[in-house]
Amino acid sequence: MAGELIPKDDAAAERGAPAISVRDLRVNYGDREILHGISFDAPAGQTLVILGGSGSGKSTLLRTLVGLENPTGGSIWIRGRDFASMKESERDELRKRMGMSFQSGALFGSMTVAENVALPLREHTNLDRSTIDIMVRLKLNQVGLSGFENYMPAQLSGGMRKRAAVARALAMDPEVLFFDEPSAGLDPIIAAGIDDLILKLKQAFHITILVVTHELASAFLIADRMILLIKGNIVADGTPEELRQSTHPRVRQFLDRVPEKELTAEIDYLQMLTGEIPPERQ
Amino acid sequence: MPLAEQIGGATLSWLAYVGNLTRLTSGAARAVFIDPFRGRRVKWSRSMHQALAVGVTAIPVVSLISFFVGLILALQAAYELRRLGALHLVAGTVALSMTRELGPLMTAVVVIGRSGSAFAAEIGTMKVNEEIDALETMALEPVHFLVAPKFAAMLLMMPCLTTWSDLMGVFGGGVFGVMSAGFTSHTYLEATIDALVRRDIFIGLVKSAMFAIVITAVGCQEGFTTGLGSEEVGKSTTAAVVKSIFLVIVMDLVFTSIFYLTAPR
Repeated sequence: MAGELIPKDDAAAERGAPAISVRDLRVNYGDREILHGISFDAPAGQTLVILGGSGSGKSTLLRTLVGLENPTGGSIWIRGRDFASMKESERDELRKRMGMSFQSGALFGSMTVAENVALPLREHTNLDRSTIDIMVRLKLNQVGLSGFENYMPAQLSGGMRKRAAVARALAMDPEVLFFDEPSAGLDPIIAAGIDDLILKLKQAFHITILVVTHELASAFLIADRMILLIKGNIVADGTPEELRQSTHPRVRQFLDRVPEKELTAEIDYLQMLTGEIPPERQ
Repeated sequence: MPLAEQIGGATLSWLAYVGNLTRLTSGAARAVFIDPFRGRRVKWSRSMHQALAVGVTAIPVVSLISFFVGLILALQAAYELRRLGALHLVAGTVALSMTRELGPLMTAVVVIGRSGSAFAAEIGTMKVNEEIDALETMALEPVHFLVAPKFAAMLLMMPCLTTWSDLMGVFGGGVFGVMSAGFTSHTYLEATIDALVRRDIFIGLVKSAMFAIVITAVGCQEGFTTGLGSEEVGKSTTAAVVKSIFLVIVMDLVFTSIFYLTAPR
């Protein structure tokens, strides 16, 4: 049973023990190393935002944390167990306690919104149909989508699709909720609505939330802790205030939105690929 | 690149492909035949839905094509048999060719065009939209959730469709027989039954089951290996159709050879 596998450790959670600890995590795509041995903690019941630009490896990190990519080294500790070295069946048990909201929503196009949200409940629980219907309505209500049960995903707007995806991620009452670029491709008002939703979920359910994004305004609004990931390395890890005060050149460049210098020489290009910063730019 | 290296590379990639097909098939077979006995629930409603899409809605086109193929076979056979004065052998020729060979093959071609391509397009689109990833993060195994219902539906419906195709082919041959070869419908049917032995029908049905496995595996495999972008879905669909037809013909050759060599003389 999932309950035995992940003992509820409320006391530890209250003390702010990490829900997820990542140690020296390395991930390769073929011969190319994307994450170069990163370590961080996601405190239980808090929102951790993983900031990073395009190609920083932040989406790879998220995919690895939910088990879609296999690390080549290091460990991912979730509730005291190493997720990276678990058997697939054990991972599945843990996955039932995690929710993931994909960048595109990833709703099943052939099912209605309600069927999408009901799917994990139908597959993993023995609840009867009417109970599942009630739970689905509850979840949709939580994300502000009451009355859209019978819509197909294609009939929804971008923001509504994201909300529906959150409702599906919440279906199994997860302990950890992952968001991949929650506000990507949305207009500022709709994006602010998604930020509000994330804040509301944290306050209402005290779940651990991990958000991967490159949207600064949204990140500072929702984060309790932040990590800045650049070219597969963590260059900053702290509270939003600590990041704001940081004098680290890479952090400043990212937060002040300074464009990368044009790559003119071959050595610049090589340095960009390897992630090493030339001394004169530090 | 040297020729030997090219041949070696192509052989290895084909072997890897067949290996992937085998893995997919064994995963689906386990989900359909073994998992239910281990207390893992199987949603038969999904299989029924697939069976409708794969089998029932294919009946009109399978009927029409098989009828025409039966008619063509009779015409071709009669062309030669007439010269030998053996026009009465038309019924047997059509019956044997349909049940042993063309019934399973034509049904497979229709099902590849309708369902094999649809499997690749469906799974490919899901892959592009991150829906396959979503399944995995929800602890739903894509093979169990997507492939197994298709596998069960195909394994059930292909032999049924093939049997129907055999009947329609014989009917097509019969139309010619009655109109141009001096048969009555009764004598044509009698000649057909006389020509067939149980083994002929059995061979056709074994083939059709094998084709079902190949079509499902190739369609789903092409879907799962779809690259990023909607254009890739189109490519996967085309690849599913071409590779399925090729593999079905190869498998047909293998089975026909085995049945020929093991035939009682």
